[in-house]
Amino acid sequence: MDQTERYYVPHGSYWPIVGAVGLFFMMLGVSFWFNGIGLMGWVAWLGIAVVMVMIVGWFATVINESEAGAYSDQVGRSFRMGMTWFIISEVMFFAAFFGALFYARQLAIPWLGGEGNNFFTHLLLYPQFEASWPTGGPLSWGGDFKIMGAGGLPALNTAILLTSGVTLTVAHHAIKDGNRKLTSWGLFATILLGLLFLSLQAYEYIHAYQDLNLRLTSGIYGSTFFMLTGFHGMHVTLGALMLIVVWIRVLKGHFTTKEHFGFEGVAWYWHFVDVVWLGLYIFVYWL
Amino acid sequence: MSRTTSRWIGRIAAAAGSALAVPASAWADWAVNMPRGATAISGEVYQLHMLIFGVCVAIAVIVFGAMIWSIFYHRKSRGVEPAKFSHSTKVEIVWTTIPIVILIAMAVPAADTLVRMEDTRDSDMSVKITGYQWKWEYEYLDEGIRFFSNLAPESNRARQLGSGIDPRSVENYLLDVDNPLVVPVGAKVRLLLTSNDVIHSWWVPDFGGKKDAIPGYINEFWFEAETPGTYRGQCAELCGRDHGFMPVVVEVLPVAEYEAWLSDNAPAPQAEPAASTAAAAPAPAEDAAPSAASAAEPEAGSEQQAAAPAADGMTLEQAMSQGRNLHVQHCSACHQADGSGLPAAGFPALDKLAVGLEEHLEVVVHGRQGTAMAAFGPQLSDREIAAIITYQRNAWDNETGDVVQPDDVAAVR
Amino acid sequence: MSTATHAEHDHGHHPTGFMRWLTTTNHKDIGTMYLVFSLVMFFVGGAMALVIRTELFQPGLQFVDPAFFNQMTTMHALIMIFGAVMPAFVGLANWMVPLQIGAPDMALPRLNNWSFWILPFAFSLLLLTLFLPGGAPASGWTMYPPLVLQTGDAFPFLIFSIHLMGLSSIMGAINIIVTIMNMRAPGMGLLKMPLFVWSWLITAYLLILVMPVLAGAVTMLLTDKYFGTSFFAAAGGGDPVMFQHIFWFFGHPEVYIMILPAFGIISEIIPTFARKPIFGYAAMVYATASIAFLSFIVWAHHMFTVGMPLAGQLFFMFSTMLIAVPTGVKVFNWVATMWRGSMTFETPMLFALAFVFLFTIGGFSGLMLAIVPADLQYHDSYFVVAHFHYVLVPGAVFAIMAGVYYWLPKWTGNMYNEKMGKLHFWITAISVNLTFFPMHFVGLAGMPRRIPDYATQFADFNAIATVGAFVFGFSQLMFAWNVYRCAKGGEKASAEVWEGSHGLEWTVPSPAPLHTFDTPPVVK
Ligand code: HEA
Ligand code: HEA
Ligand code: CUA
Ligand SMILES: [Cu+2]
Repeated sequence: MDQTERYYVPHGSYWPIVGAVGLFFMMLGVSFWFNGIGLMGWVAWLGIAVVMVMIVGWFATVINESEAGAYSDQVGRSFRMGMTWFIISEVMFFAAFFGALFYARQLAIPWLGGEGNNFFTHLLLYPQFEASWPTGGPLSWGGDFKIMGAGGLPALNTAILLTSGVTLTVAHHAIKDGNRKLTSWGLFATILLGLLFLSLQAYEYIHAYQDLNLRLTSGIYGSTFFMLTGFHGMHVTLGALMLIVVWIRVLKGHFTTKEHFGFEGVAWYWHFVDVVWLGLYIFVYWL
Repeated sequence: MSRTTSRWIGRIAAAAGSALAVPASAWADWAVNMPRGATAISGEVYQLHMLIFGVCVAIAVIVFGAMIWSIFYHRKSRGVEPAKFSHSTKVEIVWTTIPIVILIAMAVPAADTLVRMEDTRDSDMSVKITGYQWKWEYEYLDEGIRFFSNLAPESNRARQLGSGIDPRSVENYLLDVDNPLVVPVGAKVRLLLTSNDVIHSWWVPDFGGKKDAIPGYINEFWFEAETPGTYRGQCAELCGRDHGFMPVVVEVLPVAEYEAWLSDNAPAPQAEPAASTAAAAPAPAEDAAPSAASAAEPEAGSEQQAAAPAADGMTLEQAMSQGRNLHVQHCSACHQADGSGLPAAGFPALDKLAVGLEEHLEVVVHGRQGTAMAAFGPQLSDREIAAIITYQRNAWDNETGDVVQPDDVAAVR
Repeated sequence: MSTATHAEHDHGHHPTGFMRWLTTTNHKDIGTMYLVFSLVMFFVGGAMALVIRTELFQPGLQFVDPAFFNQMTTMHALIMIFGAVMPAFVGLANWMVPLQIGAPDMALPRLNNWSFWILPFAFSLLLLTLFLPGGAPASGWTMYPPLVLQTGDAFPFLIFSIHLMGLSSIMGAINIIVTIMNMRAPGMGLLKMPLFVWSWLITAYLLILVMPVLAGAVTMLLTDKYFGTSFFAAAGGGDPVMFQHIFWFFGHPEVYIMILPAFGIISEIIPTFARKPIFGYAAMVYATASIAFLSFIVWAHHMFTVGMPLAGQLFFMFSTMLIAVPTGVKVFNWVATMWRGSMTFETPMLFALAFVFLFTIGGFSGLMLAIVPADLQYHDSYFVVAHFHYVLVPGAVFAIMAGVYYWLPKWTGNMYNEKMGKLHFWITAISVNLTFFPMHFVGLAGMPRRIPDYATQFADFNAIATVGAFVFGFSQLMFAWNVYRCAKGGEKASAEVWEGSHGLEWTVPSPAPLHTFDTPPVVK
């Protein structure tokens, strides 16, 4: 039977156990570090290093196998389904934080202001508190702060991220038409836009801390603002790194017009990060 | 031993009997079933409970009956040939709809009761209840009475690890307090529940339920006791080490006696705070004497300073005697009566104090963030805190000789 | 259609001995590792339960400090749920799903290995906290703030070990979904899949949808403690109850994650020993699906005492009660499958029957808990403890044991010791009721849960429960011994093993060779 028709079952891989050990030392180190045992910070870095090695090594193995044509279409389908469900799980992770935002805005804050069955909460505990959004809470933790408006930087960032989505799609069509030049340029543009977005985001944080006194500690508003944008930022970073890998692979001449899962997976991830940002822009910055 | 064994048998019999849904009276034994309770609502809840239980038993009889039947008659050893059928839309529909009907029949009365339980309007009096690790504070909003309610000293002694005291020899073991909540019979009492530290839950089974005391929010709950008496319950939400040791006791008094209790405990400033250790115990708490200082509400305390300011200092002796009681009451749960603490559980020892006076004051008054160490500033008067700290700094192996005065405490507030 | 190639050479040599287990990508090896790990965790968590029961044998504090007692309660639950029951089901899925759908292996074999090997490290992190200053987490497995924020050095270990467990579950679930959706043998249509496969497919969806939410929730705890955020602090505009909502949005589907695969196993075993096809196959599938769907809109039934608005309480009461309907359909279908069958009562069947009886009892108490006014009395009392142990121990755990006895001959090629199996069953079935039934009574009588000491009127039933717990606990050593003996040798098993067995797994020889269905069977 012809090779591509076979389902490839790899044997004895060291990468998973390496990854598990790496994660263990990472978490162990970080935990001790939280307990003020600073030295253990090094254990964490060691763990992170091991995880990095694992990721590189694991992906290298997969890429080689793929280039060696070991994978049938069925294997490709497995990868695609796997990636899809991974992204869905990521969506649910963000859902938890959006949930916190909605709960605080729609329920907790009004209750603290005496709504619903919380008349006495307001009367006896926070008679001076006016329910409003944004807020640092009844004791206005972190002191007064100014909010991050929807105009200006955030709007620009939205434009940037959306454009990056377009350039990536261009690259995607290009790879299907076998136009490598355009593919690599499209990817390159996407990566640049991604990095631009990140640096603007960093600038925005500095601005928030220095000029607006808007901090992680600024009550529920600061908490939700920084946790949501922060985790999104991490995902953009991750996406950008993966894009760079894919870009290099394109330059090296990997992928065919019909077999380019590596590219597609990352593309999906990037679009997911895009969509999350739209949600952020609407609910965190705008409304 | 045989006494207990026989009691087991009794209980099991009672349980088994009632499981066969014999007259509800068999359930009356409070150690087997939910109590009918002392309020109209608790009675309804009990009826509801028995209703659902009955329905479940009935369904169980049918379902298990069918199973047992086929286990006996449809076994290979009796040489039966298996039937071939494998589905029937008709029966599927039947046994989908019947349960739905049953459920609706249960949901209606349940919703009805719930709506009335939630209605806290036009109450006759309001008590603000604050949970602390690990005691309750009751504040009569209209009468201005306010006191703490701790586990009764007898129980507290008996419940220490390996105390050697047989709990059966202590009456109302773990269900007794120094100062119970006192309310008049037949009055709709609205409870306003909140907490000072972690989530607690105020539960008196005889009043038909519980409500959580959540820090930073106020929950409402109410009851209207129909008969005078003493009703007992416990904190129902895990709140740390001594969650099992913060009971709730409510004294429901005839109106006249309640009025008397009110006048005895109106917030008239006590003569001399040191005396408050003995005197201020609310009337009905016979066994409160040794620990009644918890009844010396901050109000009283602060008024004290207002009346006779810095002048009235404390000698080491006064401080030590008053401090010992207060330490046992407020600190020993974690730091132990002998100051040995529970390092294993993260509660530091005090018997060989390392902290300086400033830090000591600071920690006791403002507490320590992110730990179980509460801020006692809002709970105790300057004088009480001064006494506690003086005691801790001179008891056990600590011969610091520091004598803290009330205004030292006032200074760090 | 496709066949499998095995890249024997992709690391030069084929590792043997311990290395084989570290690096294996074979679904049977990995399934075995999951099951062994789960058994060990069951004993560790059980030992903690025995500490709890020992202290509760009599009123008064005889053995442990209250703080340590709370640590035992918390660790017992976390270990039993995430360390014993969930890995056991994943192990069974690893072994049986490929065999039942005619696949050569799991779809993503390397990921599969990683999913498993994360677990031992995650639990090392968790168990390590027992030796830290301040001891292990003591906030209950529900980790409610603000209490959990008082945890000592153990706190970050708790959070990160949960992150790792979540990672492992998510990747495991992805693997199972992809395997089922992409690796079925030709002709194995979705509605031809064995019910165990179906129940796991739906469970895997639940896992992917809720584990990340738990990760988010504990992450907020972490930042609240160390970075000054105020998700759960009213002073900053947050709400401690918000954590409970997020946690239970995970938590309730989680409990069905622990029972749906059990339903699947029971639906495999009963037809085999009743020698009669499962009654209402399609209905079973739809019932499972609707239970899974409903599980997302009932979470606040764990929070009826937190002071929710009336409308919320009513909604969650009604939605929770609804779950009785699809679950009832399953129970009725099992009974209908036995009806006019030709039953024999080998050990797996005994456990399956006990499951149907005792799970149903647990379900009834669950339904009682759903009735809000009554729950205001039941909540946080031992009645709840009785409820969930009935659905978890004679529920989930019995189903796992039934499954192990049922498939053990297929795995090892030998029959287990039937006599010992039956003995194990009877001791277990009796002692489990001795342990958990009295908890209903003390609960109704007003005994709160999570207390190390209690008022004297609860003494008798607690004494009974403790005796039961020790009998139950130590009788499990029989189970371990029986499995061990069976793995070592014994009467050889045929390919079919059971007279009434049905399905692809019984077409391969016993023991199932390392590689099965390299050329997929054709299902007609
Ligand atoms: C495997 C785990 C499992 C399962 C399957 C269930 C099943 C159910 N559970 Fe349970 N539950 C837990 C595990 C589980 N639970 C745990 C661990 C807790 C405690 C968590 C903690 O606080 O630590 C808990 C707590 C818990 C509570 C909160 C109690 C409290 O803290 O106050 C409630 C309240 O509604 C509840 C309800 C239910 C219901 C309605 C079902 C239903 O699914 C049951 C449905 C089944 C039946 C009803 C029986 C069969 C049906 C028939 C025979 C049909 C005919 C019947 C009728 C029409 C009545 N459960
Ligand atoms: C699947 C989950 C699961 C399982 C299987 C069990 C199994 C058991 N549970 Fe558990 N339990 C929970 C889930 C589970 N539990 C949860 C979620 C809670 C709530 C926690 C909370 O409140 O936060 C809880 C709480 C809980 C409590 C209440 C604690 C409290 O409120 O303070 C009690 C008390 O009796 C208890 C008892 C038991 C017992 C006796 C068993 C028995 O079935 C155990 C069987 C015993 C063994 C298997 C012993 C084996 C050991 C030996 C034979 C000795 C040799 C030892 C070694 C080899 C190490 N459990
Ligand atoms: Cu207070 Cu439990
Ligand atoms: Cu639930």
